Amino acid sequence: MTLLALAGRVWLGLVLLFLYAPILMMAAMSFNASPFYQLPFEFSTKWYADMAGNDQIIDAALRSVLIAFVVTAIATAVGTAASIALFRYDFPGKRVLQVLLFPPIAIPWLITGTAMLVFFFSIGIGRGTPAVIIGHVALALPYVIVTVTARLSAFDVTLEEAARSMGAGQWTVLRRVTLPFIAPGIVAGGLFAFAVSFDQFVVSYFLSKPGDTTLPVLIYTAIRKGFTPEINAISTIIITVSMAVMFLAARKSNFGGDR
Amino acid sequence: MSQVETTRVTKSFGKTKALDDVSLTFDDGGFFALLGPSGSGKTTLLRTIAGFHFPDSGSIRVGERNVEKVPVEKRDIGMMFQNYALFPNLSVADNIGFGLRVRKVGATEEKRRIAEALELVQLRDLGNRMPAQLSGGQRQRVALARAFVTRPKVLLLDEPLSALDKSLRIDMQVELKRIQREVGITTIFVTHDQEEALTLADRIGILRDGRLVQAGPPREVYDRPATAFAAGFLGDANWIPEALLGGLALPAALPFGPTRYATRPEALTISATRPEGNALPARLVSRVFAGAMATLLLDVAGEPWKLIARDRDIPAVAEGQEVWLGWAAGDTLAVAA
Repeated sequence: MTLLALAGRVWLGLVLLFLYAPILMMAAMSFNASPFYQLPFEFSTKWYADMAGNDQIIDAALRSVLIAFVVTAIATAVGTAASIALFRYDFPGKRVLQVLLFPPIAIPWLITGTAMLVFFFSIGIGRGTPAVIIGHVALALPYVIVTVTARLSAFDVTLEEAARSMGAGQWTVLRRVTLPFIAPGIVAGGLFAFAVSFDQFVVSYFLSKPGDTTLPVLIYTAIRKGFTPEINAISTIIITVSMAVMFLAARKSNFGGDR
Repeated sequence: MSQVETTRVTKSFGKTKALDDVSLTFDDGGFFALLGPSGSGKTTLLRTIAGFHFPDSGSIRVGERNVEKVPVEKRDIGMMFQNYALFPNLSVADNIGFGLRVRKVGATEEKRRIAEALELVQLRDLGNRMPAQLSGGQRQRVALARAFVTRPKVLLLDEPLSALDKSLRIDMQVELKRIQREVGITTIFVTHDQEEALTLADRIGILRDGRLVQAGPPREVYDRPATAFAAGFLGDANWIPEALLGGLALPAALPFGPTRYATRPEALTISATRPEGNALPARLVSRVFAGAMATLLLDVAGEPWKLIARDRDIPAVAEGQEVWLGWAAGDTLAVAA
């Protein structure tokens, strides 16, 4: 191995270490009996038990999951329809529209969140779960469109023509030919949408009602009041779920490449 | 099975006239080749008959029905695409059964007809394979089976053999002709390969710049091309230089417009001395040996000529040597310039 290759490996190792050491540390501490991170490590599931008994945490967790499912359903349906429309039709202003769909990825969430809060108040939606759902959908939509469009770009339109030549009408073509082909992209986009919603803090923080919050917001508030290892426990669960979802999404979409 | 007819069909894309006043009759049960260079409008005509485009003017009749405003899915056609367009997520049997399921023929009938189609294209045991597991020739057969299994009124084939390599292509020509005869569906196919058109079709139509140049049985079009383009596109034409026309026995000039005269490469004989009848002096440029046959490239007063004959029938002639080329008076073609 050359020196350069060795240096590369060390570098990679360091990057992974800095990425995952804090997370692993937190996960480990969620199983440590001491509330003050004291060593020696003493295995305990006490914090998980505490967490399970904490109605606030459970409520927030359930609300987060529910919101994430609703957001996933809406964003996937709307995003897939938008991708197909952008793929199939040429219309004036198409390029502009495509560009306009990306700011939710590029604009800082803090700004998006503030803007949404002001806007929702001025039109009377105010704060609360509906506002959170609308906000999350707006954030998740570009991710769905990107993954579905990536899949569609490999789609051969003569397949649709072939189906039509065999007598299939528009809906049959969509249901039997187009959707099955882009299904992996839709699933991946849905998983992204779920993750975006479930992990969302900034926009949720602005748009949710106090006492009626999502899990990330609750964790933030709890930390401000004083740290308890219950937070380690719930965070470990969230991270495990999120990683699993993202891993599935990455495998499904192969990040736009073909398998 | 139906006769298909296009009457004065015109179609433009923006400023380009892709089809210009095309009137053609496709015989019931016949095998018709649309032949032309790229951009000649042959694919546009096929897709217009299919229903992917609607003509700007003119009418299309399939059987008793005028279909020029009917969308593809309601025309009852079968189409085979150049890239085959097999559904990658469906098995061979499901690909073939797609149109049957859309028509709701029922599970038993569907099964029976898929089996029958697989039998006909000789893929009996491959119903459960996925398209990705098939060879090029097998995919081609599946695409063909899928196109005719619904017993459409007309079968449209877009460059059906162009994706195959040469040896397979010749096998498939024979196969395609057999299958077409057995199913007996009026078939229209597009090709840019003149040999394919001559081998497969019982009628051909030559298109150029969106217009029909000539239509008829292959032998008739080959032996009596109407225009210089048809003569040069279907087979090779040796153009007789105008300065040398005097002294040759020629067919009558055409009633309208200027007439050009030509011979076919296989009609020529070569000799050292001037033969009886029509003959012109030429200089041998080179001799191309191809096993049984040989091609001589010649120069006749600046015009490039070809002679094709059995290699053993051609005497040894040195390159650059002067020779005489002779042909029967009846073998002279007279075409519109």
